[in-house]
Amino acid sequence: MAALGPSYQLGNPITKVHTDAASGEKQHATWSPYDDNGGTVVAVAGEDYCIVAGSTRLSTGFSILTRDASMMLQLTDKVVVASAGMQADRKALHKLLQARNVMYQHNHGRPMSVSAAAQLLSNTLYYKRFFPFYTFNLVAGLDEQGRGAVYNYDAIGSYERSGYFSAGSGKGLVQPVLDNQLKAASPLLLPPRSTITALPLDQAIDLVKDVFVSAGERDIYTGDRVEILIITKEGIRRDELQLKLD
Amino acid sequence: MFRNQYDTDVTTWSPQGRLFQVEYAMEAVKQGGCAVGLKSETHVVLATLKRSQSELSSFQRKVFKIDDHMGIAIAGLNGDGRSLCKYMRNECINHRYVYESAMPVGRLVRQIADKSQVCTQRSWKRPYGVGLLVAGVDRQGPHLFNTCPSGNYYEYKAMAIGARSQAAKTYLEKHFESFPAADMDELIRHGLKALQASLAEGELTAANCSVAIVGKGFAFTLLEDAAVQPYVDALKEDEPMQAEEAAAGEAPAAAEAPDEPAGGEAAAAAAEADGGPAPMEAD
Repeated sequence: MAALGPSYQLGNPITKVHTDAASGEKQHATWSPYDDNGGTVVAVAGEDYCIVAGSTRLSTGFSILTRDASMMLQLTDKVVVASAGMQADRKALHKLLQARNVMYQHNHGRPMSVSAAAQLLSNTLYYKRFFPFYTFNLVAGLDEQGRGAVYNYDAIGSYERSGYFSAGSGKGLVQPVLDNQLKAASPLLLPPRSTITALPLDQAIDLVKDVFVSAGERDIYTGDRVEILIITKEGIRRDELQLKLD
Repeated sequence: MFRNQYDTDVTTWSPQGRLFQVEYAMEAVKQGGCAVGLKSETHVVLATLKRSQSELSSFQRKVFKIDDHMGIAIAGLNGDGRSLCKYMRNECINHRYVYESAMPVGRLVRQIADKSQVCTQRSWKRPYGVGLLVAGVDRQGPHLFNTCPSGNYYEYKAMAIGARSQAAKTYLEKHFESFPAADMDELIRHGLKALQASLAEGELTAANCSVAIVGKGFAFTLLEDAAVQPYVDALKEDEPMQAEEAAAGEAPAAAEAPDEPAGGEAAAAAAEADGGPAPMEAD
């Protein structure tokens, strides 16, 4: 067998792959099951509303696949799931969530609450802990008290409720602006304040639109159009924002 | 009812070529609360009579939504009905997942019928004790199907199952030609009138009946309690005007209804002798 690796050998090396790995030279796959199709999603929660918006450009590498793709799934009158990342995994995840949503309505005789949907998404993501969905998700809606709710996730389902969040290719450009505009003056204040914004709805919509325009300037994967869903106790209203096509 | 040496096993034929266990299962359907279904060119309506165990209990649910385009009304063993409902819901969810479209109604009904047939041909199973009225809309239009424990299924323009359903059927037979052109409210009125015909005593109230509608572009909607009250009230307004028609039309129907249990016993006596006509043929 080949010479001992720098530290130790795991068991008995069976093939060249194992001996190479032991000596620190690991062969890597020539193919990846993942692709990033770009796009940015943003959600902002208010006292009695929730805004969730996603860009509609779908890209791969440096090419545009379509200018007209939706990143959001409307589960009920009060709950929306928005996912950035890989389109294939987004579609698969959204199909699964919709099937579970229908099941929930049959079994409970009423639609899912935003907290139930949030937990369901977390469980669904963790189910694929060892081959994750390449999606960076936000759940947005109104909670049982009618206040805005935003939940943010990592790829394997770790989640937290917050007053606002962003995800996707433009996150690095968007999140600091949201922190600047919506977060309390000092993070050292105790008790910790809820970051649900006191802004009125129209101002919050303007903020979301501004933030997308800015992200669209520098992030090549964010552009074309923004699909905005505004969730209030009256239902879900749709708005659109045209972005640069470059 | 029938008592003979060929009715112990579902897999035992009688010398007359009947499976008594299957027929007994169909009896269970006939003992269930009445359910009525009727369709027009655009909508299908289900109307059911809910029973309650006692004054203290709630009324049994008889109508279940299967999917946005389909729902069922059950008569017979509620447990079996719920089990089939769960199966149907699951099939519809899976169909939507795989094909991104609504499950065709006839196909699902056929699956139920096949499932029911299996239970008539295994010695370790028993037939389902429930009959379904399946109301749904697909690309071919509105449909109303009836499934029964034997594994048979038929499509209908209008149908009634359960206790005293013959009276409801008589009403439907009299009026079915006006159904295709009827609008939603008229269809519901007909459904409730047919249901009323099967009432032994008391009257239709918002508490003891439920109505469901599904149509092209109209998702399956269940109306109960407060939602069905306006239709029940509208029925009461019609009553004085229709009193004469009722006196003429319902007398034979009323005469038929009390005859049914008596007829059943007569048939039972005959069955002991020669088996009598099979239920499928009697209708």
